[in-house]
Amino acid sequence: MIELEGLTKRYGEKLAVDNLTFTVRPGTVTGFLGPNGAGKSTTMRMILGLDHPTAGNVRVDGRRYQELKDPLTYMGALLDAKAVHGGRSAYNHLLCLAQSNGIPDRRVHEVLDTVGLTPVARKKAKGFSLGMSQRLGIAAALLGDPRILMFDEPVNGLDPEGIHWIRGLMKSLAAQGRTVFVSSHLMSEMALTADHLVVIGQGRLLADTSMADFIERNSRCYVRIRTPERERLLDVLSTAGITAVEQDGGLLEVEDGEAERIGELAARHRVVLHELSSRQSSLEEAFMQLTAGSVEYHAHTGQAERAGQAGQTGQAGQAEPAAAPVQPAVADMKKES
Amino acid sequence: MTTQVIRSEWTKIRSVASTVWTLSLAAVVTIALGMLVSALARQQFDNMGEQDRLSFDATYISFAGMGLGQLAMIVFGVLVVTNEYSTGMIRTSLAAVPRRGSLLASKVAVATVLALVVGMVTSFAAFFLGQALLGSLSTSIGEEGVLRAVIGGGLYMALIAMFSMGIAVMLRSPMLSLGILMPFFFLISNILGAVQATKKFGRFLPDQAGSHIMQVVTPVGDDTPYGPWGGLGIMALWVIAALAGGYLLLRKRDA
Ligand SMILES: Nc1ncnc2c1ncn2[C@@H]1O[C@H](COP(=O)(O)OP(=O)(O)O)[C@@H](O)[C@H]1O
Ligand SMILES: [Mg+2]
Repeated sequence: MIELEGLTKRYGEKLAVDNLTFTVRPGTVTGFLGPNGAGKSTTMRMILGLDHPTAGNVRVDGRRYQELKDPLTYMGALLDAKAVHGGRSAYNHLLCLAQSNGIPDRRVHEVLDTVGLTPVARKKAKGFSLGMSQRLGIAAALLGDPRILMFDEPVNGLDPEGIHWIRGLMKSLAAQGRTVFVSSHLMSEMALTADHLVVIGQGRLLADTSMADFIERNSRCYVRIRTPERERLLDVLSTAGITAVEQDGGLLEVEDGEAERIGELAARHRVVLHELSSRQSSLEEAFMQLTAGSVEYHAHTGQAERAGQAGQTGQAGQAEPAAAPVQPAVADMKKES
Repeated sequence: MTTQVIRSEWTKIRSVASTVWTLSLAAVVTIALGMLVSALARQQFDNMGEQDRLSFDATYISFAGMGLGQLAMIVFGVLVVTNEYSTGMIRTSLAAVPRRGSLLASKVAVATVLALVVGMVTSFAAFFLGQALLGSLSTSIGEEGVLRAVIGGGLYMALIAMFSMGIAVMLRSPMLSLGILMPFFFLISNILGAVQATKKFGRFLPDQAGSHIMQVVTPVGDDTPYGPWGGLGIMALWVIAALAGGYLLLRKRDA
């Protein structure tokens, strides 16, 4: 169990983590979701006692991390896969960590086996691909057979096979009753792995909810209509008691509408339709909407990341209704790209 | 500092290449240069002035390579520490050993023992090989003050490594640490110690004070206000200050 209480971190003027209070519980995968720069890595560094909180505190199994004797046997963490001395072999890297926590040498062989690095155990870490480094970092996290595991963006830069492997690993660790806390900036990734979701934006807590609740609350069904006879169709629909919302580009959207009924109404009144479709907003859109206030942070991220984000927003912009929070976000991101 | 952490630091230090090349370079340069200068001194002795002959210190001559060899010791001390920072390993290390004082103490202890062993071997080798080349001018380990000077040479090298570690913990960057330490010990300290105006201050610098331990014959007209052990003590104070500063910063800073 990891408990955060009013955890706050300020770097000079910059408030990176703002009064976070939540609990990460055992037996589930807890997703820690937020756009780039939201403060996920900073929070994780504070959990490990690497960065000193400006205010608040965080406890691991009821104690400060620094007070844990042999901390690797309580909690294993992967923060940055490349944070390894490149000249040291994978075996020696794990060995020095094991020795510092009184973990028997045979565990080194076991975890190397678990992550599939046994064949390259004696090779220097600088020759490792990102995927192999990621596996080495996970081996280090598993070394002390800890009840709590924490991974910072573990699938970043991995190939599909590696991603699949990590997802499976996290689920099986949680199924063994362990606490698994994993961060990501992609909703789609969390939707596949997490049972519980903690969402932050600009360092602040935006949601702390079960995945099922989040999906239920945030998936929106609507019917999208394109027609050259907008005014006539609006009349027909309102006479039938259906409210359509006008969108950019002459689109109409009907919340929770039935496409069949709308189609029949249009046919009866001989209104021409160019498009009639049932749609469901994605979780990614729900996430975008939730964190809309913090998208300005995308300005800090790399070119590729930005392009990716802008692409997603493009979709969201089309699918969203005139929902207020999303509009400025879209405008912001378009400006950036 | 626990045996667990010491074992871990030993694994770390023995599993990187920089340990081997910095320490062997320190030994080879110190010994080889000492031999060269000893051989030259033997040839040139007859051309020396009266005062130089009176001040002739066969022991100190064989340590002539120390000034250059210590630079490799500095690189060793700096890399032991900054390897952790430049690779990001420091976060993994501190997650494994969150008591920062314990991590630092173990790291410094392991590196110091290693530097001391290499320093002692180097010092003894430099002395005996130097004396062999000095021929009739040579002294022997049994003469008064000679054994102290030779052991002192080993201690001096270990202290140089420790001082470098303290500075490197404070600065974290290998380039910055080396960029300050190397010119300081190779040039600035020597200049401050030689120029009349700064001499009074210069001789309290760590290397100037510490290297007195390797002198057996006091040069003519020398008015140094401390003895060989006093000098080494001054150097030790510098080392303590550097390590204490490093510890305080390490404890306070975000990793
Ligand atoms: N050491 C630091 N010094 C100054 N600012 C920092 C530091 N670490 C992080 N930040 C800032 O804090 C914010 C949160 O960063 P981070 O925790 O890395 O976010 P995330 O992991 O969610 O992408 C960012 O704006 C980042 O620039
Ligand atoms: Mg991050």
